[in-house]
Amino acid sequence: MIADRVRKFFVIGFVIVFFSYLFGPLLLMSVSAFNSSAFPRVSPFECFTVEWFAVLAQDATLMEGLRNSLFIGFGVVLIAVPMGLAGALMLTQVNPRVRPWYYTVVISPILIPGVVLGISTLVFWDRLGTMFGASYDSIFYDGIFLTIVGQSTFIAAYAMLVFISRLQRFDTAQEEAALDLGATNVQAFRKVLLPFLKPAIGSAAVLAFLASFENYNTTVFTIVSESTLTTVLASKVRYGINPSISALAVVIVVLTLVGAVFYEILQRREAAAAKASEAVARGETATRAQQAALYADPAVIIALLVFIAGFGTVYFAGTLGVDECKVAVKEEKQRLARERTKMRQSLEMFKGAAPGVQTAPATTAPKVRAKGTEGYENVFAPSNLEETVDSDSPAQQKQQEQPEEKVESPGKSQFQNIFDPANLQQQSGSGGTN
Amino acid sequence: MSADVELNDVWIKFGDFVAARDVNITIEGGEFFSFLGPSGCGKTTLLRAVSGFLEPSQGTIKIGGQNMAGIGPNKRPTALIFQNLALFPLMAVWENIAFALEVRGMGKAARRKKADELLELIALPGQGDKLVHELSGGQKQRVAIARALAAEPEVLLLDEPLSALDLKLRQHMRTELRAIQQRVGITFIYITHDQGEALTMSDQVAVMREGIIEQVGDGNNIYDHPATSFVASFVGENNLFRGRITGIDGDYAMVDTNVGPLKARMTKTNGEVPLKFNDDAFVFVRPESLKFANGVNYENTVRARIAHQEFEGHFWQVYLDVAQAEKRISMSLVNDGQELGHETGSEVTLGFTPDLAVALPEGPLAAGE
Ligand SMILES: Nc1ncnc2c1ncn2[C@@H]1O[C@H](COP(=O)(O)OP(=O)(O)OP(=O)(O)O)[C@@H](O)[C@H]1O
Ligand SMILES: [Mg+2]
Repeated sequence: MIADRVRKFFVIGFVIVFFSYLFGPLLLMSVSAFNSSAFPRVSPFECFTVEWFAVLAQDATLMEGLRNSLFIGFGVVLIAVPMGLAGALMLTQVNPRVRPWYYTVVISPILIPGVVLGISTLVFWDRLGTMFGASYDSIFYDGIFLTIVGQSTFIAAYAMLVFISRLQRFDTAQEEAALDLGATNVQAFRKVLLPFLKPAIGSAAVLAFLASFENYNTTVFTIVSESTLTTVLASKVRYGINPSISALAVVIVVLTLVGAVFYEILQRREAAAAKASEAVARGETATRAQQAALYADPAVIIALLVFIAGFGTVYFAGTLGVDECKVAVKEEKQRLARERTKMRQSLEMFKGAAPGVQTAPATTAPKVRAKGTEGYENVFAPSNLEETVDSDSPAQQKQQEQPEEKVESPGKSQFQNIFDPANLQQQSGSGGTN
Repeated sequence: MSADVELNDVWIKFGDFVAARDVNITIEGGEFFSFLGPSGCGKTTLLRAVSGFLEPSQGTIKIGGQNMAGIGPNKRPTALIFQNLALFPLMAVWENIAFALEVRGMGKAARRKKADELLELIALPGQGDKLVHELSGGQKQRVAIARALAAEPEVLLLDEPLSALDLKLRQHMRTELRAIQQRVGITFIYITHDQGEALTMSDQVAVMREGIIEQVGDGNNIYDHPATSFVASFVGENNLFRGRITGIDGDYAMVDTNVGPLKARMTKTNGEVPLKFNDDAFVFVRPESLKFANGVNYENTVRARIAHQEFEGHFWQVYLDVAQAEKRISMSLVNDGQELGHETGSEVTLGFTPDLAVALPEGPLAAGE
């Protein structure tokens, strides 16, 4: 009895831990996309806002990277899918004794680190360009082209795996039957094998696109002077981020979810159709209940509810009281800052001599933070503290007001400069003590 | 149009394994020719060589007098009905049937019309728009036949097309196949390991064992005049007595067997009897050839004890133990309304004439004999 309960407890505990591990980061990131705070974070949650989506849309470099990523993705699909198909077909044709060797060779791009593929692609095409005496604006040095080619080397191998698993289920007698009935090899391929491979072509295309879209290791070398979404994101993380990145994550998550739901619906529809036609073959008629089952799937319903709830919240929050909230937050911050300044001034007056000042803020700061008051982190960033200590109050005042103005207008691009790398490090340092 | 098919000295090897060994067969145009043999004896392999999916390692295959070496399956005047049918699952029934026409570039309306005609022929009118998986096993079988016929082959090759069907449907399809063959008048080469099927449908039967053609002949010939011990034991039921030749008398052999001396007819090959004095020999007697002696003076007699008897309606099946014989023997007696006249356990004398027994050189037997 007790053992049962203990086991149940551990199972539930494990499930919770597992799912938080899986979805926790995504969830936090998604929430931070709606926080007006200038740094992507969940707590303190200042104001609900959708402005970061606007920031995202206005971010020219990011959009340029996104466009390139999409273009490269399609390019990779066009190259890698036929290549993977050819590789898989070849595997069925080669002598069984050579087959393991062939397989190892064509699969090896997956095992080779992406970095190596990137560098080798770059070097190879550079050599080739030099050989032909091509100029630097020729295709041999075009980042987009090189990235498509470089990514295709290993994505084609992924696509090939998809095709191989489908081909394993192909009854080769069908191809022979086609030939026997007078079809040429091309006709047998087009009319019999290709229709059979159609679902695999779809899967391989999606897989290839996604693999290309999220690739960084190879791309960072082959992209040369251009940019893709991943390289832009990487450089952003290096030079300071804001929640528009979270907003991008939300967009991607939502698109993925929509895609998954659509795929699920399609699958179910196909399965239901197959079942219905089988039923017809047995002389039954397709019942309404069978069709209703399609829409009653819990996963689909949950996903739909999440969408509706999500968009509803965004809509209402977007129309109601964002500005009021921000004003309130700003006023609260200013009030706190003023209080603190006053407190410090009185402390300074009280203590009088300089040696004592060094320790004073350090003792007060944790207390204030411990109360969980909002909007403190920026103000209490170590750099702020140092300056406060070293300089006089006017400079200190200025320093404190700066971040608050930024909060007010996350849409302005000059904002990003505030998060220079040094700042970021200090932020995380102070967060760690929380 | 029908064409004759000729296999001359055909050998087929897979590495060291020999799947067909020196096969020599001539099949007349318009004939219903069957290959009969146990599983794995090389029937499918031979058929694939005829349809062009593999080249013989040695020897020639001629169709309509033309050597087929180097001619691919899509250029041969043959159509093959696969052992597993190999219908196209993603196409409708009529598209399956019209596939051969489609690859020839025939227009859609004409194809549909031809497919509908063939659907009539196979007694599936109006079923053209179904998908293959919506058909029953027997219907699929018929669609496969129609698909092959649509190619208008001169030779139709059928690889155990009825093996997946239940007994009733199989019998029905047998008559139907035979009727179709007579209607279209083309050469049928039919593979089966069901001897009933081979004997009832075929003009000629070739019995195969381990890549070797043991005997070619019509059903009667194969059944009554087996050329080898394998054919005798594989085709139909047969009782076997082992022995040694003590004398030859024209077409008859005296054999000293473990149940006593027996006299049996020999099957001549090329006008020669296959046995001589002191050869090891088998004597085969069919169950329906054995009779209770009941005082009649038979040239061959065997003492036996009735072990078991079954009433099968139109005949009696009686199983008997013979001293010195390693296997129980069986006899079947036509039910003529009379009592059998012998109790289980009683000692009886069985008799048969030399013409109803066959003496053959000792050799391989069918599995289970
Ligand atoms: N491609 C191949 N490679 C090697 N051996 C093969 C090949 N195809 C067939 N064989 C062998 O040749 C022999 C004959 O095979 P085949 O398929 O012709 O038998 P079958 O008479 O049609 O049997 P069944 O009645 O079971 O269909 C078998 O022993 C088989 O293992
Ligand atoms: Mg076979």
